[in-house]
Order: sequence, then structure tokens, then C-alpha cells
Amino acid sequence: MNTLQKFEAEQVALLTAGKTLPVFGPGDTLKVNIKIVEGERERVQAYEGVCIARQGNGINEKFTVRKISYGEGVERVFPLLSPRIESIQVVRRGAVRRAKLYYLRGRRGKSARITERTENRSES
Amino acid sequence: MRTGLIARKEGMTRIFDADGRHVPVTVLKVEECQVVAQRTQDKDGYTAVQLGVGQAKVSRVSKAMRGVFAKAKVEPKKKLVEFRVTPENLIDVGATLSVEHFVPGQLVDIRGTTTGKGFAGAMKRWNFGGLRATHGVSVSHRSHGSTGQRQDPGKVFKNKKMAGHLGAETVTTQNLKIVAVYPDKDLILVEGSVPGTATSYVTIVDAVKKPAHKDAPKPAALKGSASAQAEAAPQEQSVEADAPAQEGDAQ
Repeated sequence: MNTLQKFEAEQVALLTAGKTLPVFGPGDTLKVNIKIVEGERERVQAYEGVCIARQGNGINEKFTVRKISYGEGVERVFPLLSPRIESIQVVRRGAVRRAKLYYLRGRRGKSARITERTENRSES
Repeated sequence: MRTGLIARKEGMTRIFDADGRHVPVTVLKVEECQVVAQRTQDKDGYTAVQLGVGQAKVSRVSKAMRGVFAKAKVEPKKKLVEFRVTPENLIDVGATLSVEHFVPGQLVDIRGTTTGKGFAGAMKRWNFGGLRATHGVSVSHRSHGSTGQRQDPGKVFKNKKMAGHLGAETVTTQNLKIVAVYPDKDLILVEGSVPGTATSYVTIVDAVKKPAHKDAPKPAALKGSASAQAEAAPQEQSVEADAPAQEGDAQ
């Protein structure tokens, strides 16, 4: 491991210390609890939607969550290890066959549904 | 005027600051940065310190240079650079400098050799637009086009931007911010990018266009000295507010 990889590994260890990230992937419905600072106060806001992509690795990993808000599609990209993310909950597992669900962008309503994954895979 | 440091560019990454914002940083490593020689007013007509960094293979060092290193009683170095300093900022030969020479929040100038691009066309080298894709243009889609006027002046003016060698030149990037220093790992994190490829050597000096930082140690932060040890702990914590477990988690 070169210096940079070692440094990144240490940073990842620091950021994940005391946190457990759930195992999730594209198709899963997530509830992301984000810390928001309003003036002096800090509160937690939940953002719930479908994870449509995960990209990058290590400290650079990020994921995209899409939801329909007041009839308008909204996508937010979060760094996976961001200290501003309080926690991530997996609400529902989705059965999908690709890694990037960008096709959902062109769909609405019934066709944008994702069927729930039913098989009992171990720990994933 | 304090001395600077020689560092090896390790590459870029990101860290998250105390507010959770991500900061793009360049990781620089200062490996065994020692004073190899002094230049004094009496002997040389100017004052400077010559620093060396890295570890050179003894078998690959010339006999003449081996003599220089032997005189300073330091291991052979890969890279030697002189830094002009004021007489009160001279450092003893053989002293090892620490990365705490720079303090987080300080602005520095970093000089390095940019990535060589070889012989590059006018589009890449000067951001020319090139010629059109259609409308009768053949072969010369990426050419620079006309280079002058008519019979008068009848020549191409000097300094006309044309194709040629790009990169591999010495460039100084000014006013880069020090994000963090890790004395135990000899690392310096600088916000933003730094000229050069990873593994190339760069020199870091205090920003010339900004006033000197009040906490910057003078004449230099040396390794193993008591003051450097005392400063080590609080400095790191101020930077990594989100990472209080820093000391324990090293390695």
C-alpha cells in the first residue's frame, strides 16, 4: 500500500468508527437521516427514496437517492462516509438487475415501480 | 524569510472538515528533510540553507556528492534544494525539519514541475477552437488556422501561439491553504491541486504575497525538539475536529 492508500484507509477507519453502515445497493428504498444546521440549531432531516446508483470506492464512495417530491423527480447524491449523514436505514429491498437505475428517470407511476426482493440471501 | 520544505507529491484525495464539508486535498510527504549545507554572507555572498530530502542509493551517488553528504554527516539525499533565508533564520547543518514547520490555515506557495504533455497542438496548448467539422474543411480540423495578415507585414509575429512543447515547466501555485499536518506520518495536506505528477518533488514556502503566519515556528520546526513535540497534539486536533481518535488510530 502506498502512502496515499494508507492515508485514505486511515481516514475511512476514522469516519466509520462508531458507525455501522447498512448493506444496500441499487433498487433499495433508503431513509437517509441528514444533519441540518439551521442558524445555531442542528436537527436531523430524513430523505427517503430509491437508491439508483452507487459509485466510487473507499473515501470517495457516493450514492444517489431518487424520490418524487410534489410530482417532481428529485435526486440527491450523498458521500457514503459524509459526517453529515447521521444514519441510513434500508426501508425496502428491491429486486433489480442492473447497477445503475437511470432508466427510472424516464418513468412515472406504475412503470417506475421496483418489485421487492423476496429471496432470503444471507446478509445482503 | 524562513526556509521552506521539500516534499514528495503523493497524490490527491478528499477529507471531510469539521462542518462535514468535503475538501479536496493534495497529500505531500516530507521524508527526512535535513539541512545539508549553509550559505553565508561571508563565504558565499548570500544566506541560504540547502535542504535534502529522500534517501538515495549510495551506489548511485557520485563520489563528489558523497563527499558533500559526508561533510554534513547526513545520509545521501535524492533531492537537494536551496532556500534563501534571512541570517537569523539559518538552521544548523544536519538538523531534521518537521512538517510542523507549516501550521494549518497558513497559506503557502508550492513550486513543482508540471506534467509533461510532449509536442501538443494549438487546441490543447492554447485552447484554440480548431477548424470546422464540415463545410469543406479537410484534414485540418485541429489546426490553428491563419497565423498572420497579408503582404504587409508579410511575416508571422513573434510569440504567435502555435503548436509546440507543453508542460514539464516549473510552475508556482500561490496561496494554497495548509489543511492539516501529521508530524508522526510526515504528511502535509494542502487544499487544492499542486503542480506535478504524483511522486514528483515540490518545494513549499510561505506565501510571498501574504503576511507571515503568527504561529509559524521560527527559524524552523525541527524534529525531536521539545517545542515540536509539545505543539504536535493540539495542532492535529484543531484540524481534525471530527476525528478525535486520531492519535490512537494511526496505522
